[in-house]
This record gives sequence, structure tokens and C-alpha cells, in this order.
Amino acid sequence: MSEPHLAHAIDVNGVRRVYDAKPQDVVALDGIDLRVEPGELFGLLGPNGAGKTTLIKILTTLLLPTSGTATVFGFDVASDAKKIRRIMNMVAGGEQSGYGILTVREQLWMFSQFYGLGRRDGWRRVDELIEAVGLAEQRVQRVSSLSTGERQKMNLARGLLNDPWILFLDEPTLGLDVGAARQVRELVVEWRAAVPGRTVLLTTHYMAEADELCERIAIVDRGRIIAAGTPAELKHHVQSESIFRLELEGLQRGPAALRELAGVVRAVAAAGDGDGDGAGERGTVVVSLVLEDDAALGGVVGALGALGARIVALRKSEPSLEDVFVELVGRGFNDEGASGEAPAPPTATLSEITHDTEEAEPVESGRAR
Amino acid sequence: MTALARPPATSPAASAAWDRRRILAVNLRAVRGRAYPRVTGLFREKSWVLFEILLPFLTTSAFVFVYQTLQAPSQYIGFVVLGGAMTSFWLNVIWMMAAQLYWEKDQGNLELYFAAPMDMMSVLLGMAVGGMVMSSTRAAVVLGVGALVYGVSFSVQQWGLLLLVFFLTLAALYGLGMMLSSLFVLWGREAWHLTQLLQEPVYFVSGLNFPVGNLGFVGALAIGLIPLAVGLDAMRQLAFAGGLGPTGTPPPDVEALVLVAMTVIFTFLARFMLRTLERMGREKGRISARWR
Repeated sequence: MSEPHLAHAIDVNGVRRVYDAKPQDVVALDGIDLRVEPGELFGLLGPNGAGKTTLIKILTTLLLPTSGTATVFGFDVASDAKKIRRIMNMVAGGEQSGYGILTVREQLWMFSQFYGLGRRDGWRRVDELIEAVGLAEQRVQRVSSLSTGERQKMNLARGLLNDPWILFLDEPTLGLDVGAARQVRELVVEWRAAVPGRTVLLTTHYMAEADELCERIAIVDRGRIIAAGTPAELKHHVQSESIFRLELEGLQRGPAALRELAGVVRAVAAAGDGDGDGAGERGTVVVSLVLEDDAALGGVVGALGALGARIVALRKSEPSLEDVFVELVGRGFNDEGASGEAPAPPTATLSEITHDTEEAEPVESGRAR
Repeated sequence: MTALARPPATSPAASAAWDRRRILAVNLRAVRGRAYPRVTGLFREKSWVLFEILLPFLTTSAFVFVYQTLQAPSQYIGFVVLGGAMTSFWLNVIWMMAAQLYWEKDQGNLELYFAAPMDMMSVLLGMAVGGMVMSSTRAAVVLGVGALVYGVSFSVQQWGLLLLVFFLTLAALYGLGMMLSSLFVLWGREAWHLTQLLQEPVYFVSGLNFPVGNLGFVGALAIGLIPLAVGLDAMRQLAFAGGLGPTGTPPPDVEALVLVAMTVIFTFLARFMLRTLERMGREKGRISARWR
């Protein structure tokens, strides 16, 4: 163990995690190196199945790396698990933990006991947090009757019960409406800023969330960190090119048809205004179009007629984290094959394969130092 | 200072440095915390009255009528009522102890328990304590109503030993439940099916509705393996002094020692299984349902 008071909040060196699965092994993490400093709000951004949750599970001591080392505030995830558990907490999106028969207040008090708060201290702390997360009206409501947003606020309060030094948030706004997601994000920012040294590791596949919240971001894909830096630094990667957001009707072959046009660097299905699958309203396709320069746009627009496509909307984009992702991996978040499964022939995604634990065995147990 | 601005200890290292006293306090509080939903649920979920009081009482009544029709000795009515009361504990152990961690994993609680700083044995102990409180109420109702309705008269000469045997029976029973709970998580659905398959045979060889000594070798085997069988037989011997006649089973003080041995063995195995579960969970990713 290194000196904990001088340690990085998170220090991951060459961590690899391999699942034994049929028809072939699945590499969930493939040599991850990562450092997060105390006090940082750090984001792991990547598509579903990229390995973000596997990394969080390792850091929260729920899973051992197949090889490599990882420490949290200097404590080794393999050998100092108990110490890590005393200083951290975690909250996942869509979490259904606890017991529906209890009220919000009772549920939080129960969890406070697992962290060793005294009986009265526990009730006091619970009441404070209920107030802080805005659940005062639901305090004596049964957990089973909470809305998704209320439930997630309660989960966040649970994650703060022990005043953790580090909070792991795995897709904390998953499934929340815009208002509830904003409240959760504000709470996280406020909590972290309230005391120096509090650290947050957030995983998300919502780029805007990562952009808004995180001081630094690591983009993860197929078990590897492909870039890390501040959002501004990452965006700088693609600023030399012209990026347009194009909504098209009647584009038969999809974005691939545009890639063949002169001056087009990349064309991928973009997160639409709706569900983020690149589909706009009334069957249109939203494309993130990266051109060598603005002058190439005229040629592209002129060629659309020949492709059977009609422009519904067109606007110039400032580079987003999605553009960074596309630049780095050559495909969009929502493109086929974006998840972190191994390349063909396996057809199942990592999350599908590992969902059934009977099918997911490690190739090598424990850690290889 | 707001709730969010509460400062933690001076450093992560200081926050992680717990002495033995603090570790003990955390684990005792974890026991209390996990027992809480069960004790609270006692008064909150009315449907359990049907499942854990009325249904066992109806089963008991059926056997009472059979014995009355057969003009069996009056103590047999008492044996059945006592057996019916103990059914509450057995149901609780099977469905709310053994199967509980499996459900906890499904709900996503298991990963939170493992990620918390207390020992998982405290969670199991809390489940057991809560279950005992919950089931004791139900058992008392079945015993009281049964004794009243069917006119059971007890003949107790060794109250101390009877109470000791009762508590040892609970300790051994819940020790078994704690052990099975880890096995259930490891075996998954197979263990679930196995329990359903074994429920009736265990009822039978435990002699819930008749003296287990009547089963001969099978009864003796059950006394050596199943806490419910040995505990119930000892309690019957003590609650109906002389009522059993020559049973072919050991005297209650010997059966009390069997219960002590079972408690120690099951608790040790529960701890071992739990550690195995955690090790396998961390190696193979079996702890969590959602975070896979």
C-alpha cells in the first residue's frame, strides 16, 4: 500500500479483466491505466458494454482484476477491500435496492446502520439528507410507491450517508426525466464542492452529462481508454475540421452513402433530438457530418439529390464529445458494433454475456501481480 | 452547516483506520439495521397473517381432527399444536433466510451489502434476529390459539431446560438458514428448486405432526441432521413429561447438546460459505445482479 494521505484518489495500472464465455473469451478491460486526483469529478464516457461498469466494480471491491493493480486513496482493491469500503459509497442508475415495505426515512436509517452510525445519529443524518435531496414530502412514504426520480434521489441520499471520500456513480441519471436528472446532477456537484478532497467517479453514456459535470473525462471503448483530458482538451482534437448536423429525409443507404462524397471526412448517425439513435422525427436521419472544410459543404448538398435525400435541417456544430468519440474510434456511439463486445464472430454483447453469471467465468481468477 | 457540507475525518487514511471497538459497534448496528425491516414488517404486512398463521393453523387442525377421530392419546393433540407453532420458524428459515440472499442479489441489495464496511455475517445475523422476532409472534399465536381451541394441557417439569432447548433450536435452525443462504446464491435457481422439492420430505422426517421416534432409523437420522426434528422432539419430551412414552430418541439434555453442536457447525459453515461466496463473487462477478 502506498502512503494513503499522499495517494491518488484512484490509481489504475494495466488492469485487465477477462470473462470466460462461449464462443470465445470476452475482454471487458484490456489494460486500463487511469489516475484520478483527490477532489476531482472524473467521468468515464463510453457506449454500453465499453467496460465502464466493470472498472467501477473493480474499484468498489466487488470484482477482482484478472491482472494489473488498482488502488483507491492508496488502498489496494484486492488486499485492502475493507478499508476502501469504509471511505467510499456507490449509487447506480435504476437502482432498486432496499425494501419496498419501508418508508424512505426507515430505508435510509437501515442503511445508515450498515455504516455504523449510532441510532440517533442515524435518524438525524437521514433527516438532514432527506431535506438536502428534496424528499421532505416523501419522508414517510413507502419506498415501493416512489417515482423513478424520487427513488434515485433517495439512492443518492443513501450514497452520502457515510460522508464518503469517494463516490462512484454508475449512470446515475439513467431513465430519469430531464428535471430529475438535472436535480441529481446539481446535488452531485454541490456535494463534491462542499468539502475539499471529495472525489466523484461518474460513468455515463450521456455525453452532455459528462461535458457538463466532469472536470476530466476518459473515453472508454472496448475495454480501453482511448483518450483522457478535460472536455475542452478532448474537443480540441476535432476543432480543425468543419462539423455539421444534418437532418435528411429519404437517405436510403444511411450515413455510409455520404462518406463517399468529396470532402467528407466522416459521416455517422448522430444522437437525434429524441431518443439518441440518430433518427429524427417522421423517419428522418440525423447525421453528424465532418468535412475537410466549410467549402466542401456545397458539393455535399449538391450530391444529396442524386442520393435521393432531401435536407430537412442543417446547422453548423461546435465539436461535441460525440465528435471526439467519432474522431477517435471512427464510429458513433449508436452505430452498430459500438458496444464493447469482441469483434465477429461473437454476436452477444458483453453485457448480454455477463448478465447470466452461469456463462461468465474469469479466465484467470484473482490478480496477477 | 448543511447536510452536504459535513466534513469527513481529516483524511481518507484516518477515515479508514478503525479500531476493534468501532468494528464491533458497526457490526452490532448492522445487525440492528438488517433486523429492522423484519420487525417493522411484522406490523405492516397483513398478508403474512394468512400465510404464516392461518395456513399452518389449518394444517395443524387437520391433523388434530385425524388424531381425534382415531382416538389417539390426548398428548398427540399437543404434539401437533407444538409442531404447528414450530412450522412458522421453519417457513421463515427456508423462505426468508435461505432464499433471502438470492432475492437480495436480484434486487441489487447484495452488492451494496458487500460494498459496505460491515461483515456480511452481521447482515445474516440481523436477518435471523428479525426473523426470530417475526416468527415468534406467529408461533405464539398458533400455539396459544391451538392450545385454547383444542384444550391442550402441558406438563412441564423442567422449564429452564425447555426454554434452553427452544432457544437452541432457534439458534440451530437459523444457523442452518444462514448457511443455506450463501449456498442459494452460489447455486442459483437449482437451489431454489431443491428447496421446493425438499420442503415436504423435511416436514415429514422432522415429525412436525407426530413423534419423530415413530420413524425409527429415519427419525434418528433426522435428529442427527435437522435442527427442527431434534428440537421439536426435545421440546415435546419436556412440554409433555411422560407423554411420549418410550420414544427411541435420546433424552432432551442429550438433544440439547446435539443442538449446540448443530449451532456451532452451521454457524461456522455459514461463515465459510459466505467467504466462499464473496471470493467467488469477486473472482467471477457473481455478487451483483445489476452491475454486471
